[in-house]
Amino acid sequence: MEQILFQFFNLDIMIQAWPIMLRGFGMTLLLCIVVIPSGLLGGLVVALASTSEKRWIRWPVAVLVDIFRAIPPLALLIMISAGLPFAGIRLSPFTAVCLSFLLNNSAYYGEIYRAGIESIGTGQDEAARSTGLTGFQSMVYVILPQAVRNVLPDLVSNTIEVVKLTSLASVVAFAELLYSADMARSVTYNASPIVMAACFYLVLLWPAVRLASRLERKLST
Amino acid sequence: MSQRLPILTIDNLHLRYGDVDALRGITLEAGTGEMTFLIGPSGSGKSSLLRCCNRLETPTSGKIYVDGEDITQRYINLNRVRRGIGMVFQSFNLYPHMSAKGNVMLALRKVLGKSRAEAEAIALKQLERVGLSDRAGHYPNQLSGGQQQRVAIARSLALEPKIMLFDEPTSALDPELVGEVLKVMRQLKDDGMTMVVVSHEMRFAKAASDHVVFMAEGQIVEAGPPAQIFDEPVAERTRTFLQEAYH
Ligand SMILES: Nc1ncnc2c1ncn2[C@@H]1O[C@H](COP(=O)(O)OP(=O)(O)OP(=O)(O)O)[C@@H](O)[C@H]1O
Ligand SMILES: [Mg+2]
Repeated sequence: MEQILFQFFNLDIMIQAWPIMLRGFGMTLLLCIVVIPSGLLGGLVVALASTSEKRWIRWPVAVLVDIFRAIPPLALLIMISAGLPFAGIRLSPFTAVCLSFLLNNSAYYGEIYRAGIESIGTGQDEAARSTGLTGFQSMVYVILPQAVRNVLPDLVSNTIEVVKLTSLASVVAFAELLYSADMARSVTYNASPIVMAACFYLVLLWPAVRLASRLERKLST
Repeated sequence: MSQRLPILTIDNLHLRYGDVDALRGITLEAGTGEMTFLIGPSGSGKSSLLRCCNRLETPTSGKIYVDGEDITQRYINLNRVRRGIGMVFQSFNLYPHMSAKGNVMLALRKVLGKSRAEAEAIALKQLERVGLSDRAGHYPNQLSGGQQQRVAIARSLALEPKIMLFDEPTSALDPELVGEVLKVMRQLKDDGMTMVVVSHEMRFAKAASDHVVFMAEGQIVEAGPPAQIFDEPVAERTRTFLQEAYH
């Protein structure tokens, strides 16, 4: 018992590791602030393109979405950070993470928006168009507000996944929360920093998880 | 019959969906301020014809002139064309995330570029016209079917269209709510609006319409003033249809 407390809940080590953990947490937040909005925006572009009336827009986007949904995010990240240098393109770990997340998240968020758009009957668009709104205006003012509302729980759930996946950045030595925790662990020979990291994730994600299930309940009633 | 200039001329219109011939040579005219009533069995092409008139569908061949302009031209600005032709749908199609007023204001703001205050004033005026001034702030799910349909009519009217198209405007309504919508349509007619109406309300057609057009299988079987079509139909098809319609 004492052994467990010493290895996993060691207060001295936690205090020692606090500054580096806090810095790591800050970096995780920074990643989230960049990666979530860019994914939401990229996803919107993907959804608009994949519901376009023009086949030459729809097609290539559908193929790209399939590709980026099929590649494991970790493989994509390593391809970008370790593969691109062979093509003479050298990205900082931060940029590599942001780019791989943009590609992966746009595909996923895009599919969610698309499901939302397709859940809105054509009558809404026809009503809008019959008053002279352009296809784009109809999308922005009539379709999207309803579509987003319908898939809000899925958007929140996916965002939770994205936050968790930011830990992948540790693989390319970007000093976010998990990387910092693992550094502290290897220096102190103690698992307490990992437990700390788990707590940080919990604090960050617990409200989001609550929100997701509340939204789900609200929409299903 | 009135000797007014045709505001709507349809000339040998054809529409094909894949291998379905929905319209097979429709020719008809409507004068300013006239109400044209389209009747016919299910699948006869009534909706298709209306949808061609505001270019929700693109006809395969033939011409449609609105106020002298050929709206079937290849490179025509459809948004401008549609602005001048109101359409009312069976299922209302109100925007559920906007209030009654918001529904009417959207196109005023985004299509005509009116200021918020201007758009609001027009919206309130149009809602008053359909008897709903006191419901301006209500959302569609807080309104009865009849009220929703009247908001939808106000939404189209706000753009001051030259023609209003109605596709079974009362078919989705409980019987006791039909009257309030027909009353608004009647009043529109008295205000001089040109209307093309698809509906099964034969009594209303008799009382309010100038022409009745009977369609079957994408063609016009018979057309004329309501008294003629309802009381002395020439074609056998028309007679059978009317008998069935009056059960
Ligand atoms: N989008 C479409 N794609 C393929 N066929 C269609 C489409 N819309 C209509 N049709 C076909 O065209 C024909 C005419 O349909 P339309 O909806 O115009 O008839 P209608 O007279 O309005 O019938 P109803 O009284 O049932 O509304 C029908 O055979 C219908 O199946
Ligand atoms: Mg129809």
